Amino acid sequence: MNPGLDFSVIWDNLTHFFIGTYPNGPIGGIILTLYLAFVALILSFFGGLILGLLCVSSHRLIRYATLAVVNTIRGIPLLMVIFWMFYLLPALLGGHSAPENWTVIAALTIFTSAYMSQIVQAGIDGIPKGQTEAALSTGLHPWQSMVYVILPQALRNMIPSFVNQFVSMIKDTSLAFIVGVSELTHVATQISNRTMVYPTEIFFFVACIYFVICFAFTSLSRWLETRLAWRKAI
Amino acid sequence: MIKFQGVHKWFKDLHVLNDVNLHVKQGDVLVVCGPSGSGKSTLIRAVNKLEPIQKGRIIVDGKDLSDAKTDINQLRAEIGFVFQQFNLYPHLTALKNITLAPIKIRKLSRQEAEGQATTLLERVGLADKRDAYPAQLSGGQQQRVAIARSLAMKPKIMLFDEPTSALDPEMIGEVLQVMQGLAHTGMTLMVVTHEMGFAREVADRVVFMDYGVILEEATPEEFFRNPRHERAQLFLKEILSPMH
Ligand SMILES: Nc1ncnc2c1ncn2[C@@H]1O[C@H](COP(=O)(O)OP(=O)(O)OP(=O)(O)O)[C@@H](O)[C@H]1O
Ligand SMILES: [Mg+2]
Repeated sequence: MNPGLDFSVIWDNLTHFFIGTYPNGPIGGIILTLYLAFVALILSFFGGLILGLLCVSSHRLIRYATLAVVNTIRGIPLLMVIFWMFYLLPALLGGHSAPENWTVIAALTIFTSAYMSQIVQAGIDGIPKGQTEAALSTGLHPWQSMVYVILPQALRNMIPSFVNQFVSMIKDTSLAFIVGVSELTHVATQISNRTMVYPTEIFFFVACIYFVICFAFTSLSRWLETRLAWRKAI
Repeated sequence: MIKFQGVHKWFKDLHVLNDVNLHVKQGDVLVVCGPSGSGKSTLIRAVNKLEPIQKGRIIVDGKDLSDAKTDINQLRAEIGFVFQQFNLYPHLTALKNITLAPIKIRKLSRQEAEGQATTLLERVGLADKRDAYPAQLSGGQQQRVAIARSLAMKPKIMLFDEPTSALDPEMIGEVLQVMQGLAHTGMTLMVVTHEMGFAREVADRVVFMDYGVILEEATPEEFFRNPRHERAQLFLKEILSPMH
């Protein structure tokens, strides 16, 4: 076998890493990884927001029911959720097969929404009670005080945590290869199987790609944090 | 305007309001004083139901707070509340702090609300600070914006919970001045404060509380010249002593 590392396999398959078999097949690779993560991120932002608001509801029953759901999801490995969606989604769609991409997006959304809801809840709890009291005392309804006073402050404080979740999600998309979605990891496996002899080089490269993407977003978050920071009134 | 009838409140086992009976008439300026922990904040926060009570009745502007038919949000719009810690919204400018509730509740257009807010800022001496964020304002300025925020709802009653206690001494005067101006407009004011100069000059009546009980209710002249209750005498001696 070959003595040193030979990275020419990377250059030879570079477009495959980035876009999969496109335009001859569906789009894949890094682009698909980012697409899955972005769509799931946007959906789980709203999912997390709704669940988080339900978690701080003044109705005890709603609060406990939501917490039960959230904690159940948090107690299940993501891989399980993906499997579930794989079998459940077609059943829910009345026997129609669901595109694998959406299986993965649904699973990531459900999974990440549960974690996001905890971030949202902590963010809301982190705003001093005086803010709500001030809003209520001017005659704002509790929901108005939430929408116009608490959430704008809480969401800004949550940006770093959101980006962390997004970074986790980019890494989590790699599990999608299990149901045959041709995202980065899956593409890497294919190339590795086809060429047979360069698994070290290929998976080293893939790890680097994940790292670079995640590092970029972490840096973005840090930059945003300093830009959006406003000095708190004492 | 504000009526307490046999009001009781407990925090767990702690009896914080003990059979409070009090009547604040329209246009009255009532000052509430008493030692720390005596229940002053609880009393004034009960008026707009930031603290619920467990027994008795509070009637504000003819509406019973414990009545299920009373729309508490609507009532709160008629009651301004000024906090010790200002509680301005840090993500909004002074102007936006003031216009939020009038736009959402009174359904003013943005233009009307901003016009009104500008007038109010002028009235509290902060016309040049309309676009400043709370963090860019001094404590005294923040408190004046907070007062303007309350006034923007054109309330019938204003409640103040130690509005100058968190301020540096040199800023206390500017806030008291605004409050004094309000008193002269004939608005009903209930003020928790240890500023005895303000009480003496502006108040119609002074209430002294300890352990959740109203021990004394008198005109400022009576209260300062001849406090009847022993604990009120002690309190006054401490607060008025030059060493304090
Ligand atoms: N949320 C709460 N839970 C439990 N106890 C409370 C709560 N709020 C106040 N208390 C207690 O109730 C009592 C009265 O409190 P309150 O804040 O009304 O006093 P105060 O007269 O305003 O005091 P200060 O001058 O220090 O502001 C105090 O003993 C306080 O510790
Ligand atoms: Mg107090």
